[in-house]
Amino acid sequence: MGAIGLTLSYGVLKFANFAHGDLMTLGMFLAFAVVVDAGLQGGAIGPLSFGWGMIPAAVVAMAGVTLTILSLDWLVFRPLRARGGGFITMAVASLGLGIGLRAIVQMIWGPAAFRYQSGINEATTIFWDLKVKPDQFFIFGLTLLLVVVVYLLLYRTKLGKAMRATADNPDLAEVAGIETDQIRRWTWVIAGCLIAIAGIMLGIQAQLRFSAGFHLILPMFAAVILGGIGNPWGALIGGMVIGISQEVSTEWIDTGLKPAVPFLILILMLLLRPRGLFGSTI
Amino acid sequence: MTLLEARGISAGYGSAEIIHDVSLRVDEAEIITIIGPNGAGKSTLLKTIFGLLRPSTGRITFRGSDVTRASAPKMVAAGAALVPQTHNVFPSLNVRENLQLGGYRRRHGVAARIAEILCLFPDLEHRPTERAANLSGGQRQMLAIGRALMLDPVLLCLDEPTASLSPRMRGQIFEQIRAINEQGVAILMVEQNAKEALRLSDRGYVLVAGRNALEQSGDQLLANADVGRLFLGQRTASA
Repeated sequence: MGAIGLTLSYGVLKFANFAHGDLMTLGMFLAFAVVVDAGLQGGAIGPLSFGWGMIPAAVVAMAGVTLTILSLDWLVFRPLRARGGGFITMAVASLGLGIGLRAIVQMIWGPAAFRYQSGINEATTIFWDLKVKPDQFFIFGLTLLLVVVVYLLLYRTKLGKAMRATADNPDLAEVAGIETDQIRRWTWVIAGCLIAIAGIMLGIQAQLRFSAGFHLILPMFAAVILGGIGNPWGALIGGMVIGISQEVSTEWIDTGLKPAVPFLILILMLLLRPRGLFGSTI
Repeated sequence: MTLLEARGISAGYGSAEIIHDVSLRVDEAEIITIIGPNGAGKSTLLKTIFGLLRPSTGRITFRGSDVTRASAPKMVAAGAALVPQTHNVFPSLNVRENLQLGGYRRRHGVAARIAEILCLFPDLEHRPTERAANLSGGQRQMLAIGRALMLDPVLLCLDEPTASLSPRMRGQIFEQIRAINEQGVAILMVEQNAKEALRLSDRGYVLVAGRNALEQSGDQLLANADVGRLFLGQRTASA
């Protein structure tokens, strides 16, 4: 799910945002602040491991991550763009901002691991020995829904077409009367919401740690490049290929080597099909 | 009546100043052509007028308002349109989407205006869903001009609209420019095919080394021996 927001910002804003993972962590902990620190768990939602309190928590997380990302854009990325900062400058700046965000999350919530809710989320056998938890069903359904929403946004709305135009040629977009700074802000708003939701889903699926998002950043880039930069369907398929390959690889390789699998796929992809499986759509 | 006036404009890229103290004027429904050798600063002047470059000195007024520091979207909102020389369409978008983006600031009547534009450019009429990347050079130029017309501008700025086009396509583009002007749209164009452009023009400016060298009517510039020798490919009497 994290790859959807990343492919959108990478595709439209044309830079690799290495703070993406740490922004996911921020979203994850902002939701934690609502459901655990503030005690707003809410009643259970069917078989899911979290309660209704996760809905206001998600709203707070989306608002918090979006405000953070807009502030970072205003304070750092916008001045760098104005000075002609290229791809590398922006990527290195985002790497530094990611380290800063991680340190802030660690200072507030500490280095320990947390969960939104204690208890076991019982897995159901689908077929053969394949077991899936209700939370995982929910995350997959929500991911599919978000891919469809992002796709419709990019291809069926005026804002989406302006985002594609800004990605294509920002100078020409300005000449066509499009306020590209405004379009960039909207892209951050949408990406911020997607990042926050992805962070919460990561917290539901795994433990909450200050470094949780950071550890996912390179697999997410691998998923985005595998699927084709700017392609929401590509991000979904790329994410699934990367995730499943990592898990299945332990059949043949040592578990400790699992994190190397996305890089291997990424290197092969860049050598054989640099535009990704489905091509870049933005 | 004066539509656009630039006085004493100096501008460039970073510390490199390309145009120095340049002035020009466009009256309503006029066709103005800027000619000059390569590197004279013709495109830089257009970009500066349109807000893509900030002038270091000088003043630009459009429809009576000071637009010296206005951004390109503000110029568009004020009623100007620009067709850059290269990269003037969105290649990943189709013909209709390109036109829709041209009408981005339009609140009503986008579909009706697209239909009018497609009538004006029959080459595009049967290709509304064709990606711009797949169009020929001439068709792309037509699409770029069509995109610029989506907001009914009063001033259309064209940067070398016939560059790299075949003679037949060049003729078609000049015909379209004439037709657009007949609807009351003032045209300010930079053009290397100076002879054909000046035949259409009410007035012309010659820019040399980033400075105003000459301003005359189109006919006078066509008859000017120096201009003919330098920019129109005419031979001198002794040659």
